[in-house]
Parts: sequence; structure tokens; C-alpha cells
Amino acid sequence: MDLQTLWFAAVAVLWTGFLLLEGFDFGVAALLPVIGRRPADRHLMLRSIGPLWDGNEVWLITAVGAVFAAFPGWYATWLPALYLPFVLVLFGLIIRAVAFEWRHSHHTAQWDSTWTNVIVTGSLIAALGVGAALGGTTLGLPIDGDGTRVGGAFAGVTWSAVLGGVAVLAYSMVHGAVFLALKTEGPVRLAARAFARRWSLVAAVPLLAWAGLVQLREGTAVTAVLWLVAALAVLVTWASIRVDREGPAFTAWAVVMLASAATIFGAVHPVVVVSFIDPAFDVTIAEASVSDYTLTVMTWAAGFGLPVVLGYQAWTYWVFRKRLTADPETPHADATEEPVRA
Amino acid sequence: MDVLDVARWQFGITTVYHFMMVPLTIGLGILLVVMHTMWVRTNKPEWLRMTRFWGRIYLINFVLGVATGLVQEFQFGLAWSEYSRFVGDVFGSLLALEALLAFFLESTFLGLWIFGWGRIPKKVHLAALWAAVIGSIVSAYFIIAANSWMQHPVGVVTNDATGRPEQVDFLAVLTNNTALAAFSHAIVGALMVAAALLVGIGLWHLRKRRLAGLSPEDVDHAVWRRSVRIGGWASLIAFVLVAITGDYQAKLMYQQQPLKMSSAEALCETEAPAPFSVFAFGKLGSNECDDVHSWTVPALLSYLAHGDFTTAVPGVNDLQEAYAEAYGATYPDDPSFGDKAGEPIDYTPLLAVTYWNFRLMIGMGMLSAGVAAYALWSTRRGRVPTSKIGVYGSLLAVGAPFVANATGWIFTEMGRQPFVVHPNPDVPREDQVYFFTAQAVSPGVSAAEVWTSLIALTLVYGALAVVELWLIVNFVRRGVTTSDGAPTPGHTPEGDPDDDVTPGSASTRRADDDDVLSFAY
Ligand code: HDD
Ligand code: HEM
Ligand code: HEM
Repeated sequence: MDLQTLWFAAVAVLWTGFLLLEGFDFGVAALLPVIGRRPADRHLMLRSIGPLWDGNEVWLITAVGAVFAAFPGWYATWLPALYLPFVLVLFGLIIRAVAFEWRHSHHTAQWDSTWTNVIVTGSLIAALGVGAALGGTTLGLPIDGDGTRVGGAFAGVTWSAVLGGVAVLAYSMVHGAVFLALKTEGPVRLAARAFARRWSLVAAVPLLAWAGLVQLREGTAVTAVLWLVAALAVLVTWASIRVDREGPAFTAWAVVMLASAATIFGAVHPVVVVSFIDPAFDVTIAEASVSDYTLTVMTWAAGFGLPVVLGYQAWTYWVFRKRLTADPETPHADATEEPVRA
Repeated sequence: MDVLDVARWQFGITTVYHFMMVPLTIGLGILLVVMHTMWVRTNKPEWLRMTRFWGRIYLINFVLGVATGLVQEFQFGLAWSEYSRFVGDVFGSLLALEALLAFFLESTFLGLWIFGWGRIPKKVHLAALWAAVIGSIVSAYFIIAANSWMQHPVGVVTNDATGRPEQVDFLAVLTNNTALAAFSHAIVGALMVAAALLVGIGLWHLRKRRLAGLSPEDVDHAVWRRSVRIGGWASLIAFVLVAITGDYQAKLMYQQQPLKMSSAEALCETEAPAPFSVFAFGKLGSNECDDVHSWTVPALLSYLAHGDFTTAVPGVNDLQEAYAEAYGATYPDDPSFGDKAGEPIDYTPLLAVTYWNFRLMIGMGMLSAGVAAYALWSTRRGRVPTSKIGVYGSLLAVGAPFVANATGWIFTEMGRQPFVVHPNPDVPREDQVYFFTAQAVSPGVSAAEVWTSLIALTLVYGALAVVELWLIVNFVRRGVTTSDGAPTPGHTPEGDPDDDVTPGSASTRRADDDDVLSFAY
């Protein structure tokens, strides 16, 4: 494998890691109004992702950083083509991040519900937006021969972007539900299971459609097999959650994303930005990439850094592995005048 | 305004805003590590409370740093795509390494620290904080190395086929002398921010307690007193270091970007020995150097620039000519320069901006150090200051090092205009790598789009600032409180001192789960 392909794979791994990890915290947040009926339940749901969301979000930052580092031509074509949509994603991420921290910094019922709503809104925008951006770059953006966008500010938001956005959001919601079923005890666990049982088949459709479309355009035999694996994993998830086997369901649902993402990136390779104006305008890894020297330096850095990161992130997941229970007397379940404490 | 101007405003506003949180994160992180380590070593309750109180402020601030940092990561691609294409071979890898080697460390271990109270062994919990804070310092190093490469590009050659720089020596990029200087200066500058906060808030609480007749014997008194003493000393030491590193940087800048420094000194003509301008008047705004007059100290500038009192320092007028000769008097007539194509190039940065920002940076630092000296003096041997002016003045002066940091960056960044990548004078002219700001902006993005994002981002940032300040002020006024919300009666939350686990664990879990949770979520 040449270095450019290696780094294309590395970037694909980072995006997949992001979709897999941040996916469940997007999902848990999006499920707050669906499953979290009582304040104590919502509090429990937020606690389940509390220690993890920021670390998960760094997968996004690293993915974007790696796109810039290895393929500046991709970075400099993709982001301006979707200028305002990306700005909207940033808003989603900003309000969501501050809401996590601020929600518990002051205690009135009004304050709690306001910031809960902000978390939900921000997560929805971010999940839809990142999905849309990935859908665009793998299915087609209105790019001319210089890599410049043709058309107005929202010309990049086409059906392919919509498909990508819906795919990521739908996937994340079931992912969040299975995660909650695995991580919590009590009514939240039951409601999450019920949600996953009802929706897992439907929620996989847009993701499989997206992967299927990329596969139809440029796929190989290997990626075709990967697509079948993804489809099969959907069935396994559904079967497992029906018999309340949460562990296998979680694993199988993760395989759905792993195999779908592998199909998408594997099939689109070596193109990084697809132009739907003319395939001749597609941006490929060869055009977009940095020099072999820089790729070599980064390969060493990542070869040393990534295993360490994976190690300590896995360790934190292990530290917080215990199931959580809602406490009817949680401090700020319904508190109106609880003081903030140091 | 055209796209270029709007994009510049957007970058300036969002980056300076990000750099309001950044120095507090870095500086307070360092001080927090000291407090938490002292608690683990001594088991004294005041250290625990200090850790918790300042830790809470750290977190409220940290998350806004994360939120605004996200925007930074995307900005280079969004509005500055041609810049990103040009510098991609060097610049992107530094950002990616920052994320991989620093941000993961920071965010993962901070999560562990926040939620680890009472769940993991005490020493492991302390190590988590260390890891997070080291992460933030490492992140500062990588990003400043990236920025310094724009100030002083090293380790690259131009690829004749693409016309872009290609990296040949990564180690040279990492050990760029500009980066080492700017990093050490920025870290000690960050320490001044956190130290001023400890001093201002500590004095205010001490005075309030004194006026309320509360005992100077209890834990809370120790918390505030110690905060003031630590903050005061940290501020003074950091100020000395800031001056040393700043002086080094200025000497370096005289070699690397002489026009930036001479315009910061409003030195029009080359002089030997060169005088130091104390106060400039005249028409600084006209950007014609000859309209500016100063009160000066003879020969001091020669010393600042070169370490002796005789060597000549080049003036703005001569430098402007030298630059025009080397890099052209007008922008090339090429569409990539947009409206600027064919226009004359002004190599002199805005004089008023460089001159006053440089002086504000230094002046605000001095002010802050003065306040620290006052705080140390007024709390010597157990005293508590009651002077309203002194205490409220110190509280106001918490803003001073923030201003110093912002003006320092504005000076650094606007001083290198019209280049976004400034040529490195150590390299022969024909091998130099440089890039004009006018070429850097994204060609496909319209002014309307950038206006939209600029206005929207500014509004959101403004709203965030209001909530953030309100939360911090609220929290600070309440001070250190215990589980039941009352201001510190006998009960201390640190649990059983023999217990090898942080508070909230095992036997004490139920009792102060509240407390732990409110620290977490
Ligand atoms: C001197 C230090 C410094 C400077 C010049 C910058 N930053 Fe920063 N940044 C930090 C020091 C820092 C930090 C201390 O590491 C932060 C602040 C608070 C925090 O959460 O981490 C951070 C946060 C932060 C984050 C979020 C990290 C997370 O989720 O944990 C991103 C993506 C960036 N920054 C990116 C940038 C970019 C692209 C910059 C260039 C314009 C930039 N920062 C300037
Ligand atoms: C790695 C770090 C940084 C990089 C890569 C960087 C890069 C840039 C770029 C590309 C621009 C736009 C072009 C221009 O107008 O000059 C810019 C402008 C600017 N930056 Fe930075 N910057 C960095 C850090 C900072 C920081 C930390 C601050 C301050 C807090 C800052 C303050 C500014 C300001 C005020 C401008 C506007 C200057 C002007 O319009 O003339 N920069 N910088
Ligand atoms: C006391 C005397 C000081 C001197 C002689 C000094 C000198 C300098 C110089 C020459 C630069 C420009 C470097 C460049 O263009 O790359 C600079 C930048 C800067 N200064 Fe200062 N400075 C002083 C005090 C301070 C203080 C008190 C603070 C903050 C608390 C501060 C924060 C900064 C920052 C954040 C920058 C931009 C980043 C950097 O290049 O490090 N400085 N300083």
C-alpha cells in the first residue's frame, strides 16, 4: 500500500471512530425528549455520556485535522463548498458543548430544561450536519475543475447531503438506545430497549442506501461483501435486541457502522471529493495529498500516538463501565433552589 | 468590505475570543495541579477546597475553550482555502498532531478527573489532572509552532512544479527558534492571567469575611489567603519571565521581521544609536511614518534590539523601500489576488495598531504585576486588607493580563501584514517561501456568506460571554460551600483521611454523592 492510500485509510478510520463513538452520545442526546420522561431519567441519560462525550468529540477534531494534514486539497475543496452548512454544524457543536457544562452549573427547573433542550438541538444539528457533509463528499458536490463550488451558498446541500444527514442521525439514535440499554438500569433501560426493538430495522435503511449508492458507482467485489456484512449485522442487531441480549446487539450495531463506512470509503477510493458536475473534476488522493516526506513523518507520529490514545480511551470506558441507576433523589432532579457547590 | 476584509475580521474576532479562554485554561491548570498535589500530599482540607473551587471555574472556562477551538479547526478551510492549499504540507500536520497528541490527552483525562472523584484511587485521580494539564501545554506548543512557521518559515523548500513549499525537515519546524520564544512567552503570559484571578477573588473574599466578622482561623480563611499568596508570587515570577522571554522575542523579531518591530517603535529613519519611543503623538493613524513624533529615551532601542547602545536600527521608511525592492512594489496582476491585483503594496503594518498594542501588552503586564505586589504586601504576616480601592482595584485588574494577551497576539498577527506567511530573511531571496494575505482567502465563497457567519458567530459568542460571566460571578460570590450549602461550618467534605480514595467513596459515598455529582453533572 502506498502512503497516500495508507493515509486515506487512516482518515477513514478516524471518521468511522467518530461516527461510532460520538454516534452514541449524539444518539443519547437526541433521545432525551423521547425516552427521558422524568427529570431523573434525563439526568441519568446525561450522566451516562458525561465523562465520554468530550473525548469522543476529539475524534472529529482529529479527523478534520488529518484531512488537512494529509489531503489539504480535500480540506480546501470540501469546507468552502459547504461553507454555511459547516458553520451551522459548528453552532450545533458549540451550543451542545457549553450546555453540557452549564446545565449543572445553576439549579432551577427552568434552567435545567432550557439547557436540556439546547443539548438536544445542538446534537441534532451536529449529527445531521456532519452526516450531510460526509454524504456530500462521497456522493457528489457541485465542484468545478478548480475545486470551487458552482452555485449559491446552499448548492452543496443536495439529496446526497440529505441522505447522509438522515443516515447518521437515524443510526445514532438506535446506537444511543442500545448504549443506554447496556449502561443503565430501570425505566430508561426498558424504554431504550423498546425503542431499539421498534426502530433498528428502519434506522439502518438510509445508511445502507448511502453505502449502496457509493457501491453502485465505484464499488469492488470486496466492498460489495462489506455491504452485505452491514446488512446482515442489522438483522443480528434486531434479533438480539428482541431477545434482550444487549451486549450482542451493541456489538452487531457497531459492525453495521464499521462495515458501512468501510464500504463507503473503500468504494469511493481514490476519490476524496466527488463532483457531480463532471467526474473529471473529482478530487483524488494523488491531487489532494501532501508530500511523501510529510506523510512519513505523520505515519511515525500516528503509529506511536494512536495506540496510546486507544489504550487510555479504552481504559476510561472501563473505569466508567458500571451500570448507572436513576436516583429518585438525584440532587437536581427537580430542584428549584439547590445551591451550587464547590 | 470585500471578502478578504470580512474574513480577516472574522478570523481576528474568533481567534482573540478563543484566546480569552486559552490562557486561563493553561495558567489555571498549572496552579490547579499544584493545589491538588498539595492536597494529596498533606491532606489539609483547605487544599481540597481550593482544588474544588478553582477546579469548578477551570471547567466552566475550559468548555468554552473547547467550543471556540472547534471553530478554529475548521476556519482555515472555510474562509482561507488558498492559504490551506499553500501551507498544507507543513501546517496541517501540526494541527493533526496537536489533536492526536494533546487534545485526546486533555479531554479524556479531564473527563476522568471530573467524574473520578470518589471512583478511582486518589493518586490515579491526581495523575489524571496532571495528564490533562500537560495536554493543554503540549497543545499550546504545537499550535504556536504552526503559527511561528507562518512568522518564520523553516524546514521547507519550494516545489517548482506546484509553486508551494514542501517540508524537508520536520525537526527544524519543531525547533524553530521563533516557536520556542513565542511558546515560552505565551505560557508565562497565561500564568499571569490565572494568577491575577486568584489574587483578585482571594482579596475580595478575605475582605468580605473580615467585614462580616468571620473567624480568620477557619478553613475558608486559609483557602482565600493561600490563593492570594500563591497568585501573588506566581504573578510576580511570571512577569519577570514574560519580560525576559519578551525581550528575547523582540531581538529575534529585529532579525526576522524588522518592519514589525520598527513600526511598533514608530522609528521612521534608520538611526545609530536608535532612541526608544515612550509616547508617540502626531498622526499615527495616517500611516505615514513622518507624521509621527515621540518622546524618546536616547539609545535605548539599540539596546533592546541588539544588546548594545550603539548599533543602528533600521527605520520604517528604509525598510519599506527594501521590502518593495525585494518583493515588488505592486501585487502581481493575477486573478488570484482579487481586487488587489496590480495595486501597490504597503509593507508597513498599521502603525497605530502595532505601536499601541505593543505598549498596551507591556503596560497591562506591569499593572498586573503591580497589583500582585500590592496583594502580597497587604497580606503579609497574616494581615487582611480592608481598603476598598485596593481590593476592588485588584478585582478590576483581573482583566489586565487578558488584555495583555489579546494585544500581544494582535500585535504579532497584524504586524506581519501584508504577508500571511512572512519570508524568512535567513534564506537567500530566491529560495524564500512567502504568501500574501490577499491571496489566501477562499475564492468560491461570497462576501455575503462570510458576513452571515461573521455576524452569527459574533452574536453567539457575545451571548456565550454573557452567560459565562454571569455563571462565574455567581459562583465566585457564593465562595467555597459545603454539602448543605451553608458557607463552611465545621463539616469538611474530605471524608476519612486514611481512606486511599478520593472523597465520596465507599463509606461516605451516599452522604456526599450530591457533592460529587454537582462537581460532575
Ligand atoms: C497558546 C495556546 C493556544 C492557541 C494559540 C490556540 N489554542 Fe486552541 N486550545 C488551546 C490552546 C491554544 C488549549 C489550552 O489546549 C484549549 C483551550 C481550552 C481547551 O479546552 O483547550 C484549546 C482548545 C482547542 C480546541 C478544542 C479541543 C478539545 O476539544 O479538547 C481546538 C479544536 C483548538 N483549540 C484549535 C485551535 C486552532 C486551530 C488554533 C489556531 C488558530 C488555536 N486552537 C489557537
Ligand atoms: C496557530 C495559531 C494561529 C494561526 C495559524 C493564525 C493564522 C492567522 C491567519 C490565517 C489570519 C488571517 C490572515 C490575516 O488577516 O492576517 C490571521 C489573522 C489574525 N490572527 Fe492569527 N493565527 C494564529 C493564532 C492567533 C492567535 C492565538 C491570535 C490572538 C488571540 C491571533 C490573532 C489574529 C488577528 C487579530 C488576526 C487579524 C489580523 C489582521 O486582520 O490584520 N492569531 N491569523
Ligand atoms: C514585559 C515586557 C514584554 C515584552 C518585552 C514583550 C515582548 C513581546 C514581543 C516582542 C512580542 C511579539 C513577538 C512576535 O511578533 O512574534 C510579544 C508577543 C506576545 N506577548 Fe509579549 N511582551 C511583554 C509582556 C507581555 C505580557 C505581560 C503578556 C501577557 C500577560 C504578553 C503576551 C504576549 C502574547 C500572548 C504575544 C503573542 C504570542 C507570542 O508571540 O508569544 N506579553 N511580546
